[in-house]
Amino acid sequence: MIDIRAVISIIIYILFTPMISSLISGIDRKVTARMQGRKGPKIMQPWYDLLKLFSKEAAVVNRIQKILIIAHFVFALGSGVILFGGGDLLLMLFSLTMAEVFLILASYSVNAAYSEIGAQRELLQMMSYEPMMLLCAVGFYLTTGSFYVSDIIRTSFAPIVTMPGFFIGFWFILIIKFRKSPFDLSTSHHAHQELIKGLTGDLSGRLYGFYELAELYEKVMMLAMVGLFFLYDNPVSIIYAVIAVGAVMFSMSLIDNIFPRVKWELLLKYSYIVTLFAGGANLLILSLFL
Amino acid sequence: MTCLAFLILFPFCIAALLYFMKTDSLIRTILVLIGAVSEMAATVLFAFTNMSDPAISQGIAYLDRTHEIDRVIAAGELLLMLLVFSQAVRFRKYYVMILSALGTLPILYMDFFGGAESTAMHIRIDELTVIMVLIVGIVGSLICIYATGYIKDYHIHHTEVKDRSGYFLAMLFVFLGAMMGLVTSDNLSWMYFFWEITSVCSFLLIGYSGTGEAVTNSFRALWMNLLGGLGFMIAILFCSTILRVSCISELQYFSTYPIMVMLPVSLLSFAALTKSAQMPFSSWLLGAMVAPTPTSALLHSATMVKAGVYLLIRLSPLMRASYAGIMVTAVGGFTFFAASLLAIGASDGKKVLAYSTVSNLGLITAAAGCGTHEAVWAGIMLLIFHAVTKSMMFMSVGVFENTTHSRDIEDMQGMIVRFPRLAFIMITGIFGMSLVPLGMCVAKWAALRAFVDSGCVYLTMFLCFGSASTLFYWIKWLGKIFMVPKGCAREDDKVGLTGWVAMYPLSVTVIVLCTLYPMVSRFMVAPLLSVMFGVSDITLIGNSDFIIMGIMVVCICLLPLIMRMVNRPDDRQVSSYMSGFNTGDDMSFFDSTGDRKEQELSNWYMSDLFGEKKIFKPCVILSASFVIIMITLCTIGGLLI
Amino acid sequence: MRVSKSPWLLHYDGSSCNGCDIEVLASTAPRFDVERFGIINTGNPKHADILLCTGGVNSQNKDVIRQIYDQMPDPKVVLACGICACDGGIFKDCYNILGGTDKVIPVDVYVPGCAVRPEALIDGVVKALEILDEKERAFKKEGKRSLTSSEYKALLEEKAGESETKEDTDASES
Repeated sequence: MIDIRAVISIIIYILFTPMISSLISGIDRKVTARMQGRKGPKIMQPWYDLLKLFSKEAAVVNRIQKILIIAHFVFALGSGVILFGGGDLLLMLFSLTMAEVFLILASYSVNAAYSEIGAQRELLQMMSYEPMMLLCAVGFYLTTGSFYVSDIIRTSFAPIVTMPGFFIGFWFILIIKFRKSPFDLSTSHHAHQELIKGLTGDLSGRLYGFYELAELYEKVMMLAMVGLFFLYDNPVSIIYAVIAVGAVMFSMSLIDNIFPRVKWELLLKYSYIVTLFAGGANLLILSLFL
Repeated sequence: MTCLAFLILFPFCIAALLYFMKTDSLIRTILVLIGAVSEMAATVLFAFTNMSDPAISQGIAYLDRTHEIDRVIAAGELLLMLLVFSQAVRFRKYYVMILSALGTLPILYMDFFGGAESTAMHIRIDELTVIMVLIVGIVGSLICIYATGYIKDYHIHHTEVKDRSGYFLAMLFVFLGAMMGLVTSDNLSWMYFFWEITSVCSFLLIGYSGTGEAVTNSFRALWMNLLGGLGFMIAILFCSTILRVSCISELQYFSTYPIMVMLPVSLLSFAALTKSAQMPFSSWLLGAMVAPTPTSALLHSATMVKAGVYLLIRLSPLMRASYAGIMVTAVGGFTFFAASLLAIGASDGKKVLAYSTVSNLGLITAAAGCGTHEAVWAGIMLLIFHAVTKSMMFMSVGVFENTTHSRDIEDMQGMIVRFPRLAFIMITGIFGMSLVPLGMCVAKWAALRAFVDSGCVYLTMFLCFGSASTLFYWIKWLGKIFMVPKGCAREDDKVGLTGWVAMYPLSVTVIVLCTLYPMVSRFMVAPLLSVMFGVSDITLIGNSDFIIMGIMVVCICLLPLIMRMVNRPDDRQVSSYMSGFNTGDDMSFFDSTGDRKEQELSNWYMSDLFGEKKIFKPCVILSASFVIIMITLCTIGGLLI
Repeated sequence: MRVSKSPWLLHYDGSSCNGCDIEVLASTAPRFDVERFGIINTGNPKHADILLCTGGVNSQNKDVIRQIYDQMPDPKVVLACGICACDGGIFKDCYNILGGTDKVIPVDVYVPGCAVRPEALIDGVVKALEILDEKERAFKKEGKRSLTSSEYKALLEEKAGESETKEDTDASES
């Protein structure tokens, strides 16, 4: 009953994701630096950052904070396990939501201004990307007839063929999910953030390390979702998927460097418009023809 | 049969006794306890005897010749009308008299001078009935127990309100009896009688405090429900004079003239929409929160609004791909989305709960209107989970109000430290309403699959957008509970024994239900659907998912345990970040002149985007015009052909 | 060592002429690009390893510096950059200036200059990284933490007391 391939991919996911994801983030930072005419950090810098965070003490504000962050990490990891184990896409999304909720609660629990505003904005971001996430899962279901990842990758054609609108929508919310510049409202990778790291403002040391680690896992998960649009019953498709992931990551760095941060109203407006017109139109067409 | 008669009549007897016990006393509390416990016991007994009867899938019928009881019911209807008349005269709201008379007199005329001779039975039990009886019996009775403690505290804090607590408790029991009657009767005019009792009863309960606002809101509830009742009455007349049908089960399986059936179905679903407070009619349920909390708990969870969706689920096989179905799904889906946006703008705990009820009922309505077996499965599951979770939420907000004199979510800051036991109830409730391993979200998930399968694009969109905004208002509430202001200490919660007796079982049920629901699905919902739709196999959520969700539940339950383990004492505690101007207590900072300033944190309400003032009216206008158009279409279709 | 591979710094500007602050910003810009050493300007004490102070300490910001310093998780180092941060500089005798950063928190590295050049600043940070490594080792092995600001205050008072008593004895002897 237990699928050996699923078990192996889960193990690979759990063991190697921090490394791979750090590498991806490192390349991202390098590319960003080059775009700005800088030399940029070492390619594995995010990995060193992670190691450092875990070697520091956690200066906590209260005791609840800690447990909530660990719960956040566990659920983020768990949703990746569902994805890489070939499980249900919807369940994976719900589990990811759960992880986000724990992160937000951790921020709330501090009872501090910056954290609180960060948490509110994170909630807003969640509200903005959640519909498109669900719609993507629906799109995969309509295209391949199953919500299970293990079935989705076994179709005879790449899902992107029938769901270009969903892909555009998903690409758009990835900007929010990766906390890239126009939409990095709740917390940002850059110092020029008016909220002083907002959401994560009162996490430190090991606890912040757990947050970063969860972030790395989530990143790989999201990129795997991108790959899912291109994978089908042909090993060659892995190459397409890798190219697509690379292109998406590059576009993320580019956008991060081009656009200034927007106000939250605009975030909500843009993401709903994109969801409605890209996702909704594609859904309409799919359900008419399938 | 005796058990059934007991279920319906016993609450009325208890109500009569309670009515005469004006003041609070130990005897009254004991009476309520006895009443509620025996009602619960009878419910369970009823469920067991009926579920073990193999004939239940086809429906077990009782009472085929009932002339005398028919007369009694006719008299009851007349009595109700007179009651409404007296209230209308008392408060000078004469328009309800017209509505009431229009709704009652034709039925009385029909009762006495002909109408369809009933070929089938008056009372019919199937799995849906059993589910409803269980919800009403158990949740409703727990609310009655809760009410005894609550109403005592209520009158301590609200000295301006005249103490009529005996009358209040009596009304709650009347409500239970009426609901029991409603869900078991098969005869349309019987159902209509109980339907009207719940309308009038809710009117009386909402107006309990007698303040101006309460009176206005109660009359709003009354006219809206009477309007729905009017639709119900026309449907009955049409059925008995033209279709020669008097029972809902006959209507349900009426397939000869599908277009002829459309008119009564659309009118009945119109009645159901008013009762379950769907969009043009949502304001009555929102106004109902002026009443003492047990009323809200009862109206929102186990009774009243559930009557509407119960009727819709009964009619759902007829609604598939029909005008009535389109009306119901569109209104339901729209309500789900609109109410969840409106809830974002509310800070009053009860108001948020009210909007959430409206929103969730919208989803059930949409599922019923969809008319596929999967959607109805999701609808029934939503109904069960919602009843249990929502009643608990209302109770906890009620207790919070009695303890702190506020039900504003902003004041719930730090509940997890101040009132840990109450916070546990609330957290369970919110998790149960919004997050995955627990009830509502699982049912929503099933609904999403069902909507996608039925090919209904707009419903899928409504659900996706609506569930995102639903998450927003629940999680910001949850965040307030989890906020820990430094130095806050545990306080005394005035819950009392009756409160715990009511709330703990419900919270346990919420958690247990999410592991037991496959059983509910297999033994109760699946057989029902196989009769309604001829489909026996329902697998909306796979086995592997179920296992994963089990693991998630275990994870969440283990959280407090892990908390003990990871709390190593070597972690240094620091103050929260306030740009270095923290005064040290995390609650205030030094401003630019060096003075101490309190920090005040508030949630986002986005009232200039989703505020009640901004979008409530457009939503009502939009949905009202849609309902009118659809009803007209159905009427034309029904009458012409 | 781990911390020195990714030192995140927090820049605090005390009572300064802003000359040093411009130079700090310049060092994050393309020409000097401190990010190539993994240095990130975080802006949040709870994420920072290095506290980089410019400008002197005055009676208004002394508590702010103390609080920010205390909120940083161990191991951590403090850099006083520019002459004002080292001992008060040109503002030293002003009525409101207490002096350099070391009047309120323990300073590990002093970087001179008016204004401090980015090269000097980077040198200072590299020097600080060595100390950070040592502190990390000490923290790991013996759980040794940096002094908190209040401990440091006590220490200063003690020292001042000693020197006072010493002065007293000197005076009496003479």
